[in-house]
Amino acid sequence: MTEGCRCADTQEHSGADLALIEPVLERYAGDPGSLIPVLQETQRVYGYLPKDALREIAAARKIPLAKVYGVATFYSQFHLRPRGEKVIRICHGTACHVRGAPEVTRVIVEELGAKVGETTEDRAFTIESVACVGCCGLAPVMIVGEQTHGQLDNVKARTIVATLREEAELARGEIPPSAEEEEPA
Amino acid sequence: MSAKAPVEITTAEGTTAIRICTGSGCVMNGSLDVADCFEKTLEEAGAHETVRVVRTGCHGLCENGPVVVVAPDGVFYPCVTPKMARGIVEKLVTDGSYVMDYLFRPAEGEEPIVRYSDVPFNASQQRIVLRRCGVVDPEDIDDALGLGAYDGLKKVLGELDPESLIAEIKASGLRGRGGAGFLTGQKWRFTRDAQGDTKYMICNADEGDPGAFMDRSVIEGDPHSVLEGMVIAAYAIGAHEGYVYVRAEYPLAVKRLRKAIEQAEERGLLGDDILGSGFSFRVRVKEGAGAFVCGEETALIASIEGDRGMPRVRPPFPATSGLWGKPTCINNVETLANVAWIIANGADAYSGIGTGKSKGTKVFALTGKVRYSGLVEVPMGMTVRDLVFGIGGGCGEGLDCKAVQIGGPSGGCLPERLMDTPIEYEALAEVGAIVGSGGLVVVDQKTCMVDFARYFLTFTQDESCGKCVPCRIGTKRMLEIVTRITEGNGEEGDIEKLEGLAIDVKRASLCGLGQTAPNPALTTIRYFREEYEEHISEKRCRAGVCLELSRYVIHADSCRGCAVCKKHCPVGAIWGEMKQPHTISVDRCIKCGVCVEHCPFDSIERV
Ligand SMILES: Cc1cc2nc3c(=O)[nH]c(=O)nc-3n(C[C@H](O)[C@H](O)[C@H](O)COP(=O)(O)O)c2cc1C
Ligand code: FES
Repeated sequence: MTEGCRCADTQEHSGADLALIEPVLERYAGDPGSLIPVLQETQRVYGYLPKDALREIAAARKIPLAKVYGVATFYSQFHLRPRGEKVIRICHGTACHVRGAPEVTRVIVEELGAKVGETTEDRAFTIESVACVGCCGLAPVMIVGEQTHGQLDNVKARTIVATLREEAELARGEIPPSAEEEEPA
Repeated sequence: MSAKAPVEITTAEGTTAIRICTGSGCVMNGSLDVADCFEKTLEEAGAHETVRVVRTGCHGLCENGPVVVVAPDGVFYPCVTPKMARGIVEKLVTDGSYVMDYLFRPAEGEEPIVRYSDVPFNASQQRIVLRRCGVVDPEDIDDALGLGAYDGLKKVLGELDPESLIAEIKASGLRGRGGAGFLTGQKWRFTRDAQGDTKYMICNADEGDPGAFMDRSVIEGDPHSVLEGMVIAAYAIGAHEGYVYVRAEYPLAVKRLRKAIEQAEERGLLGDDILGSGFSFRVRVKEGAGAFVCGEETALIASIEGDRGMPRVRPPFPATSGLWGKPTCINNVETLANVAWIIANGADAYSGIGTGKSKGTKVFALTGKVRYSGLVEVPMGMTVRDLVFGIGGGCGEGLDCKAVQIGGPSGGCLPERLMDTPIEYEALAEVGAIVGSGGLVVVDQKTCMVDFARYFLTFTQDESCGKCVPCRIGTKRMLEIVTRITEGNGEEGDIEKLEGLAIDVKRASLCGLGQTAPNPALTTIRYFREEYEEHISEKRCRAGVCLELSRYVIHADSCRGCAVCKKHCPVGAIWGEMKQPHTISVDRCIKCGVCVEHCPFDSIERV
């Protein structure tokens, strides 16, 4: 069936190094219920699920690519496209919603020029929304990488995004324009 | 251990413990650094042998994190910083007392409260599920064992056969805490009676309610209470294999759970031939991959089997045909955390708490516009009002409490006037809400109830698995209608259309997701119909939340005419003379809100 299905053929190859997931495929080879852990570990390897890797998983497990694709698209944890270097996860849990998450989101979207679920053009940031991250006492909350920021308001959100952007520019060797004029607060 | 004491603070003879919360909320506020600082300072003072720093799970009062409680006296320090930590240690080693200035004060200028258990937030709580949360180090099984962990299991394996065990749980009146409130003993009975040699025990830790963190806190704070409950349940139904299905976003819970399983196996409390009884039970952790519907039991099973998490028609129920077609019992984290306590203390002790058909306690994540938000456990039968005002301290910030939302996307909104409703399965169902899994969000006048309904519908619509039409299309149409109302395009008859659709979706959907998805919309219509009507006929949002229906205004009485807003407005929509109140042109304003951010006098508001 895998040969018959052409749904992923229209895309160019992602150029992912498939040898990287061989150990994962081997480890779960005999376990019929393990497609989700396999995808989870594959994503840990590449940061997302490249098309080639999906094909490889389908072939190795002798299941239709359609099934792998079906599972990968069902769960929100899986990403079929590369994501930004930093993922900004804005909590949209109920507590954060009533304490101003929509406004904070508006500000961040405006500042970064990418919508929720999208990645900025320079691939520096991906904006995501998540449901309750368990810090409702500090709502509204967002998580950037490993760091959690709480009790956000528009001003705080803008400052954080500005700092993140400066960091990203510095990391790329560009000098942020503001650094020349202003003293850091 | 008594259920009465809200927070047990015990230490071995002659030692002192500094218990610092390392739950997610407190970690975010820097508790790990504070814990390190405590340790370092103790070592410098040469007191690290007699004073132990315990990194615990959630103490409850997340709002005031990092939370530190010093045993044996239970002295409570809120919002502790590394600097405070040094001061606390200094005082502790010089005369064993506490730092008055760092104690908790309910309000500015009020007398401080010394003990954690005396804080109003804790005073009327009753901790069974959370008996060891915030007390033990979740990564150290000896801590848990010292406080009675696995005593229930020892009693079960030593004295009870599965039949009498089931009878005991039935007698306690324990009902499932995952949402549906099914009698736990009954569920075990069905699974035990089902035909088949292989049976499975699954713990549902998917916790999908987007405003709740009870199950996560239990696992992060005291994973052994859940594992012990699972082994007991497995013994009752005759299962030798089990899974804990944990939500994808809970990495810390997964880590602690794995560690707890390892430690329990080392001690012979899990695995083969448990405690020499001949009974074996193995547990595996399955990480979810982000799908709310996977909390539904048949979807959860599909997900463990590696498929898309789509629910299927019941019957057959999992009790007869579940994982891999075998009889399977699925219980919620909190349900299981109750089990060992019931065995150790007796069914009567448990059923003595609570009311009528709702026995024992319930854990809630009390959040939203409430003064003290956090994790609370209260006896069933307490009124919603006592919970929100007695424990949560009311709304704060001078605003009135408008409603409470109980049960998340499956639950309902109760208006303030119905807050004397007791927390009981039947009483809450009568007013359109549910006990649910334990999300309890307080909202004030600044929350628009139509927008609130839209929020929940957006969530359920997004999470609908798409298998059945009523849920897939019905929730979508409902969301469209609610959205157009919030955008000022509502039409006469929209409310009735919503009500009609809601009934169809509830009746015809395949699983609990669709069957309950209309509840937030239905209850907001039932109790806040006038807000819907205002949006539709007056094009007005009284809370100033719906962007299209609100505008920015400058309050002339507090505006000092500093012109900061004028300077920052990107479209030149603000006018005014220096030192005179300014005004915003409704026509020009693009509602970006930048003026509000910059106003030094809080004079600008969206209304
Ligand atoms: C859409 C949906 C989501 C659910 N999410 C959860 C959940 O996150 N956690 C949970 O324990 N039960 C959840 N349930 C309820 C479970 O299906 C099941 O009733 C419960 O786990 C049984 O355990 P209990 O009897 O101990 O409550 C959900 C049900 C539905 C319909
Ligand atoms: S709702 Fe955002 S942290 Fe809970």
